[in-house]
Amino acid sequence: MSPHARLALTVGGLAALLVAVAAAALFVGSAAISPGAVIDAVTGRAAPASVESVVTRAIRLPRIAVAALAGAALAVAGVAFQALTRNPLAEPSVLGVSGGAAFGVVIGQSFGLGLTVPEAMGLTGLAFAGALLAAAAVYAIAAAGRRTIQIQTLLLAGVIVGIFFSAAITVIISLLDVNRLGGVIYWLLGNLAPIPPGALAILLAVGFGLVLSHARELNLLALGEESAQQLGVNAERLKLTIFAGAALLTASVVAFAGPIGFVGLIVPHLLRMLLGPDNRLLVPTALVGGATFLLVADTLARNVVAPAELSVGVITSFCGAPFFVYLLRTRYRGTL
Amino acid sequence: MRATEPGRTSLRPPTECRGLAAPAPVTPPLVEFRSVGFGYPASARHRARPFRLAGLSFAIAPGEIVGVIGPNSSGKTTLIRLLTRVLEPVEGEIALEGERLQSWGRAELARRVAVVPQGVPRELPFTVRELVLMGRYPHAPGRFFENPADVAAARSAMEATGVLDLAPVPLAALGGGETQRAVIARALAQEPRLLVLDEPTAHLDLRYQVETAALVRRLNRERGVTILLVSHDLNLAAQVSDRLLLLAEGGLVRLGAPEDVLDETLLADIYGCDVRVESNSATSRPTVWVPYTTDASPRRAER
Repeated sequence: MSPHARLALTVGGLAALLVAVAAAALFVGSAAISPGAVIDAVTGRAAPASVESVVTRAIRLPRIAVAALAGAALAVAGVAFQALTRNPLAEPSVLGVSGGAAFGVVIGQSFGLGLTVPEAMGLTGLAFAGALLAAAAVYAIAAAGRRTIQIQTLLLAGVIVGIFFSAAITVIISLLDVNRLGGVIYWLLGNLAPIPPGALAILLAVGFGLVLSHARELNLLALGEESAQQLGVNAERLKLTIFAGAALLTASVVAFAGPIGFVGLIVPHLLRMLLGPDNRLLVPTALVGGATFLLVADTLARNVVAPAELSVGVITSFCGAPFFVYLLRTRYRGTL
Repeated sequence: MRATEPGRTSLRPPTECRGLAAPAPVTPPLVEFRSVGFGYPASARHRARPFRLAGLSFAIAPGEIVGVIGPNSSGKTTLIRLLTRVLEPVEGEIALEGERLQSWGRAELARRVAVVPQGVPRELPFTVRELVLMGRYPHAPGRFFENPADVAAARSAMEATGVLDLAPVPLAALGGGETQRAVIARALAQEPRLLVLDEPTAHLDLRYQVETAALVRRLNRERGVTILLVSHDLNLAAQVSDRLLLLAEGGLVRLGAPEDVLDETLLADIYGCDVRVESNSATSRPTVWVPYTTDASPRRAER
């Protein structure tokens, strides 16, 4: 089968699954609304001010959109960081990049930035700065003048940087006014609040475009930087571009939805089992697959303890931590 | 057509031989190093003295096989990196097809010069076909998927090194000799004029060493690829190369026919141990062996 056909088939299949999951997610929630009422609300036949209509159109729909966008971004960021570090266990949260972004957001929130679009953009800017800072720190610690980065050194550096930033976040929270504390905590747990998906979508499109347009070069990077250069790749520019793209994807999600771990690990690995290592197939399928995965996780988060809600980060971590251990114990046993 | 530079006349045959007729077009050297110098920054941790390459001048004519030999840290790897713009010279200049190397774009350069590195990174997850197709990147960096012409070029490269049957096999499942041939096929897929082989027999046992030597010669003969063979293995280099280039301590010691370069006294001095050179009765090329009787001088051994 030609790569075009494989790509089209996989993306098509995953997109169909995504639509099905999104449709299902629309019908479930802590407010008991009959399927008929949901359909009426979506098609606009229900009164705009009715409970059914408000819950469906103003709460469930935007939340579905944000879950799908955030999942897509995190999965693509995972593929990008894995290719960039040539390390299959790299992932925004494992690398400490999410932690850095979260630190940026908490700084912004402590200055009173909220969820209007311009304020959210300010938060995203701070998150982006934090993500870049964390990633640069991890890279500096792990590389430390050496030519190649060892898998275990990189993971350790990520853990160290992650711990540092969570300590820094704790410091800020301790100093924070009680009135602002609730929002910060709720956000830190990875809650997908109803926020403007449009702004998120634009940031994600930029990050996704950067990564997708360099997918072929990312394959060559697996040969090592020197070989990639000798094949015509501008390795320095490639690394910076992907670094910025993946940090932007991570930072936007963290700013809008809080740190959500392990999506960038689980989704790319499942897709690799299906499609192999080619980033040209992985990047676009991670977009759709990540969206589907996080939407499922968020729908579970909204419903398993209804009428209360779990945060989606709890669900992804409960799936991701055992998955990470499984990968360590089986696939990467020899390398660690 | 690239302009020929006026200063570079060393390889030109004397014009008076050609009478009054207009000078016939002369094939310019494919690669020329002109007084090239390079230095790595000093690092106390890695080397006692900072490595320097100085005053390196030589030319490679199209169609030649040139073997680069020399002890450890003599500058062999640096030479490859300079030639492929992984490093830039600090002095002198390098020309490819008569044009300064700095004026070549990376992809453009990769369509002329292909490097066969020492194997592939451990755990590289790709198949032989996927690896070989990577060699097509410089021909259309903007293309997302390879087109049928790329697939045909990759196929022909895999045929040339005998790995077509292994195309769907993951690299991790290959033996050393097969991996080497897959990597050479990837370089051939670049359709280069110059193929640079970096220690092609470093991890191979005898049979694959012989096989690699035969492959290199066949590629040169059948595809007209110019070859730069960088190797520790003096005998492989002597058997395969038209000319040898002997490096030591970052400088060119001797460049010439294998029998001129592989000189017992010279090698003993450069390598710091007793060396014997004989003529291989089968190929009448020089063969080097070491008697292992005398102690190597510690001064040399430390380096």
